[in-house]
Amino acid sequence: MTIALEMRNITKEFPGVKALNNVTIQVKQGEVHALCGENGAGKSTLMKVLSGLYPSGTYEGQILINGVERHFHKIKEAEEAGIAIIYQELALAKDLSIGENLFLGKEPAKFGIINWEQVYKESEKWLHEVGLNASPELPTGSLGIGKQQQVEIAKALSKNANILILDEPTAALTEQEVEILLGILQEFKKRGVTCIYISHKLNEVFAIADSITVLRDGMTVGTFATPDITEDQVISLMVGRELKERFPRVESNPGEVVLKVTNYTVMNPDIPGKKVVDDISFEVRKGEIFGIAGLMGAGRTELVMSLFGSYSGARTGSVEIEGKPVKINNTRQAIREGLALVSEDRKKYGLVLGMDIKSNVTMASLKSISAGGVINHNQEIASGNEYIQSLKIKANSVETITGTLSGGNQQKVVLGKWLMTAPKILILDEPTRGIDVGAKFEIYGIMNELIRQGVSIIMVSSELPELLGMSHRIMVIAEGKRMAEFKAEEATQELIMTAATGGSDK
Amino acid sequence: MSANSDLALDKGNREPKFNWFKIDVRAYTMIAALFSIWVLFSLLHERFLSATNLSNLFLQMSATAIMAIGMVLVIVAGHIDLSVGSLVGLTGGIAAMLNVWYDWPTVPVILATVAIGAAIGFVQGWIIAYRAVPAFIVTLGGMLMFRGILFGTSGSVTIAPLSPSLKTVGQAYIADLIGWIIGIVALAFAAYLAIRKRNARARYGFPVEPLAVSFLRITVMGILILGFVYLMNSYKGIPVPFIMVVVLAFVFTFIAKNTTFGRQVYAIGGNPEAARLSGINIKRRVLTVFVLSNTLAAIAALVLTARLNAATMSSGQNAELDAIAACVIGGTSLMGGSGTIIGAVIGALVMASLDNGMSLMNMESFWQYIVKGAILILAVYVDIYSRQRKKQA
Repeated sequence: MTIALEMRNITKEFPGVKALNNVTIQVKQGEVHALCGENGAGKSTLMKVLSGLYPSGTYEGQILINGVERHFHKIKEAEEAGIAIIYQELALAKDLSIGENLFLGKEPAKFGIINWEQVYKESEKWLHEVGLNASPELPTGSLGIGKQQQVEIAKALSKNANILILDEPTAALTEQEVEILLGILQEFKKRGVTCIYISHKLNEVFAIADSITVLRDGMTVGTFATPDITEDQVISLMVGRELKERFPRVESNPGEVVLKVTNYTVMNPDIPGKKVVDDISFEVRKGEIFGIAGLMGAGRTELVMSLFGSYSGARTGSVEIEGKPVKINNTRQAIREGLALVSEDRKKYGLVLGMDIKSNVTMASLKSISAGGVINHNQEIASGNEYIQSLKIKANSVETITGTLSGGNQQKVVLGKWLMTAPKILILDEPTRGIDVGAKFEIYGIMNELIRQGVSIIMVSSELPELLGMSHRIMVIAEGKRMAEFKAEEATQELIMTAATGGSDK
Repeated sequence: MSANSDLALDKGNREPKFNWFKIDVRAYTMIAALFSIWVLFSLLHERFLSATNLSNLFLQMSATAIMAIGMVLVIVAGHIDLSVGSLVGLTGGIAAMLNVWYDWPTVPVILATVAIGAAIGFVQGWIIAYRAVPAFIVTLGGMLMFRGILFGTSGSVTIAPLSPSLKTVGQAYIADLIGWIIGIVALAFAAYLAIRKRNARARYGFPVEPLAVSFLRITVMGILILGFVYLMNSYKGIPVPFIMVVVLAFVFTFIAKNTTFGRQVYAIGGNPEAARLSGINIKRRVLTVFVLSNTLAAIAALVLTARLNAATMSSGQNAELDAIAACVIGGTSLMGGSGTIIGAVIGALVMASLDNGMSLMNMESFWQYIVKGAILILAVYVDIYSRQRKKQA
């Protein structure tokens, strides 16, 4: 069989991070080639290199299409070479008709006047190719997500794509829609279309893929023919790093239950009928770190945002704090009930970057430093200094603008803001994302100090070593459902990843 | 890890040093721009810098400045208020109708007018904050409706003359001696605040400017304040509306800098998502901002109507644009999150100086539109350009 695509020794560096390190992958003509790896293993970066989003010259290595080396400087050039990517977030204009979307940017026209008959007639042909039975004159937004995805695939085909890349295509789909998609891909395989299939869901991967390449920490672990490998083997390859780092976990004697969540379900606000959190129950005790593991799109962030009253999807189920049922509809109530949330995106949700450190630190607790609505500036400066010292924030003064701080110090400012509210339950969503090792360990130290003081911590993290190293208990969720829960001493990377990929043995 | 914490200590203990480059350059460029406009006009027309004309200038800028003070908060919160011009027309008309047609005495007229401004602000703010209709649309609709209501209720006639005591709101001058006393008290107060702030900063180990600089600053302030009183007294005294501008500017600067409400408004404009997640009640704050803005518009209406001694159908027309321009020239970012009251007042003075100078030179009114429009675009261009330079630096 001929090799349709080869990426050879690809290395891509970002300041301070090697996202891809000598990655090599060969995709055969007409196969479905799955790309597996944890969050941050480098799958998406690799596809961005291939699609020309990272232009030729910003990475090292070669890209060969049908044996010929190519240099893509922009997405358009990759498209012309027959490469099409379908992202998890669909890129369709929802108010335009299906036909208009299919021909967006390449409308058949004479003197600038569009020939609509031709648009719709050819659209029908492409829709037939992907087995979608819908009038091309329908507005795209009126279709379900699964069908919109088929439109996106039809669009790719209409551009004469011969290498189709699907990035987490089933994340937003219902089970039925997944079946349909897999059926279409089987059909494509017969017709000789080459597919690269990126997914966390190993059951799908094993159902559809001919070969599997596993990436770990930006490196190729290996490529295997599907029949020669098992799900368990893939998982251990995905996580098979040695745990070298030592984590400063302190053992604690968890006290009474502080937070009790029962049968908690959250709906996706944009996709009717789709649950982002599905019937989850758990308890968090005083003075413990409760870890939540799961792959991207598993519903971890939605779960904690919803508990904090800042997610718009409808929810059912009950939440009790210290034995008292609570109903939290907005963040003000959440803060009053003793919750605090350090969100995963500090620049978007955590900080007002143009304001100084003290204003950010006091933002959620202005009441405590003011009388009759007037801020006591002396007290504010004192509070700011208190957190600069206790959290070791590296800054010249409390009047330093937060936008000028490093990522780790910005994260500490967000942490300071929430500590100032004196929370009972501190939720940390990816607390060490994008910060350097030194700052990471300082944050672990702060977490330990907090549980010693009796605060309960919920930590959502994609970094398994961190989760295993710091948590006392770990809950694993996948597709919004609770898959398993482990005590710290019995959890391993393999066990967690098996549960997170929807593995069978639990 | 230990190396890191050493570094922290090292930085924390560093000798506080005053950074000369961190002085607010923007504020000084604004004042410099104002003075260069004045110099230009004084060269073009000998009477521009006369006491009479400057007294007029401060009278003329008052209504715009009062509107601009409210507009700053609206823009900082990330919104816009296009209705204040028509609202000035409407509330001014109501004040005149109550006073002239129904013989209401001055105090009830003032109270009723201000209350109507606040009520209209409540309605507009409620639709914007709680019903999520964009402020641009709500206040554009308000702009048309308020002008229409004015025409309808007044029968499209000019309402005049006002009772003498209501006229004082816009026309009276402070007696010379009282003017001096006000000037000296204001200077003493400003010096006290400056010293207090300096001491507080020193106590917290913040970089403090050298004592000589503080002294120089207070001296300059003294020359400006007392020089202003002298100048005004050499005509008729300080105009009452200008006293109102100063008081309102002081009060709203306090609200912006020292109250939780003000802080939260800046946070909402700076990053609404972070503000929401910090438990800030965005809707209520935005509603309050519009109540304040429209209340100030009603006060501006009283000043304007009293100064003209009449409510006309066109009064306040395009005034919202002057107010917005004053804010922007004064450094308020249309992206929200930053801006100062004092900047907007200086911006209003720039706009009024252009109007005044060009009228003095008998330039045709079409020139005034063109020049003011061009200055507005230039101000924003310079602002955006300097911000970009700062980012690259």
